[in-house]
Amino acid sequence: MTGPERFQSILDEDGKIEPKDWMPDGYRKTLIRQIAQHAHSEVIGMQPEGNWIARAPSLHRKAILMAKVQDEAGHGLYLYSAAETLGVSRDELVDLLHRGKHKYSSIFNYPTLSWADIGAIGWLVDGAAITNQVMLTRCSYGPYSRAMVRICKEESFHQRQGYEILLTLVNGTAEQKAMAQDALDRWWWPALMMFGPHDADSTHSEQSTAWNIKRMSNDALRQQFVDMTVPQAQYLGLEIPDPDLSWNADTSHWDSGPIDWDEFWRVVKGDGPMNRERLEHKRKAWDDGAWVREAAEAYAAKHADQPRRVA
Amino acid sequence: MTVISRDTLFAYVLRHGDDCLILSQRLGDLISRAPELEEDIALANIALDILGIGRLLLQYAGELEAEERSEDDLAFGRTEREFTNLLLVETPNGDFAHTMVRQYLFDAYQDLLWNRLVDSSDETIAGIAGKARKESRYHLRHSRSWVVRLGDGTAESNRRMQQALESVWRFTGEMFIDDEIDRAAAEAGFGVLPSSLSDAWNHEVTTTIETATLSRPDDSSIRTGGRDGRHSESIGPLLAEMQHMYRSFPGASW
Ligand SMILES: [Fe+2]
Ligand SMILES: [Fe+2]
Repeated sequence: MTGPERFQSILDEDGKIEPKDWMPDGYRKTLIRQIAQHAHSEVIGMQPEGNWIARAPSLHRKAILMAKVQDEAGHGLYLYSAAETLGVSRDELVDLLHRGKHKYSSIFNYPTLSWADIGAIGWLVDGAAITNQVMLTRCSYGPYSRAMVRICKEESFHQRQGYEILLTLVNGTAEQKAMAQDALDRWWWPALMMFGPHDADSTHSEQSTAWNIKRMSNDALRQQFVDMTVPQAQYLGLEIPDPDLSWNADTSHWDSGPIDWDEFWRVVKGDGPMNRERLEHKRKAWDDGAWVREAAEAYAAKHADQPRRVA
Repeated sequence: MTVISRDTLFAYVLRHGDDCLILSQRLGDLISRAPELEEDIALANIALDILGIGRLLLQYAGELEAEERSEDDLAFGRTEREFTNLLLVETPNGDFAHTMVRQYLFDAYQDLLWNRLVDSSDETIAGIAGKARKESRYHLRHSRSWVVRLGDGTAESNRRMQQALESVWRFTGEMFIDDEIDRAAAEAGFGVLPSSLSDAWNHEVTTTIETATLSRPDDSSIRTGGRDGRHSESIGPLLAEMQHMYRSFPGASW
């Protein structure tokens, strides 16, 4: 079998493509872009949540939040490694992010304005991420699919912890309950936008589906998320900010109202509330650390021929 | 010999809890600002470990009091003057050199402390120290390795490390001063005299500074006051931020 034939037969059998297998250039490029974007999202996502570490309302919550942000850094690292199996380096990918050539999930371009936002992010953002990532555990590229299995486990913790934050708030004072509702009001639509454009407007979907990278359509995933989340909101006693939301007995799904795609594209193109700040924060950390990375390299070079005594 | 009051035990447990709490608060601010992703993870890990030990100590301190304050009451309900942490741990975050120098000098102290407190006559303290020393060993290894690599790295990293050492050094003397609480705690057997850790700390630190091709600052200036609640100005904003929710929503649970 030639390389291309073997590639196709693996896809036909729903098997996994491994780094050493032959793969089309487009497949490689698509995966690099997607995995890198995913990795960048994990890392940029540390900022909105990190914003509340110092102010977490109890030491217990502070510890959980720190652990969560640490997990996200770990996910980033894990995903960059998966991308590296495709022949790019982490530094190259990070550089593309810093130069604005790579995107990350737009959801992180919204600010965290109250403690309830930390609950809403866990519940909705990690929740939406899980919906997408469960699908990706079945993706055809082995290293990516395995990374997803591991990451999904932690994301479900995050989701439960987020929901639990909100559950505590809705059972608290009127002020706390209002805080929870306000967070849902602000995060609901951006969370739905996480699944991307409608199927009809989704440019890369068809090829990704043929390559078994994408196993479900944007709209199907979004629907799954809505169906899962509406009852959870009801249990919290919170109102989803969608006047058109209604149960459809024929399809046994929740129908939702129109998404503001102008806002979606505005934020994707860089004009969201926090796009500039997120990237500046990230670049500043990287630039501030340049002397550290150089020094570590210089030290390693100087002591390359000596047995390691340090540590 | 006098009977040791619960107040002394409370004060002793609280001061070590405060050290942990305040340092973890400083470290928490650095997550997502590290030179590389691996170091974000390491800093978060260290902050979490230290916060964990701080919480155990504050919980225990609360149990020892008549008022039975919770860990959160103690962390969020006290004012500057009631915090008894060392000045070293509250020094504001600077560059990565500062972070690692502060961390290393403190890790070296805490590692010695926990290794002694595992023999505390107080079972709870001994138990917490037993958990803490497993972690502090790794913290020390981590910060020491950075001090050596950055000291002996490039000209710039060496300059920054020396500068950080000079700036932080004046806060190290306070770690080894015995006050009334320490003396009573040591006499009763549940605590150790800080002065008794000094030689081992000096040995550790001097060796590392040499390996790192740095020079040890002189001891002419020693800043004290943390144990008596006389802090630097920087702890005020730290507490204001940390305590914001507790004070804005009195009585709420989270
Ligand atoms: Fe994640
Ligand atoms: Fe997560």
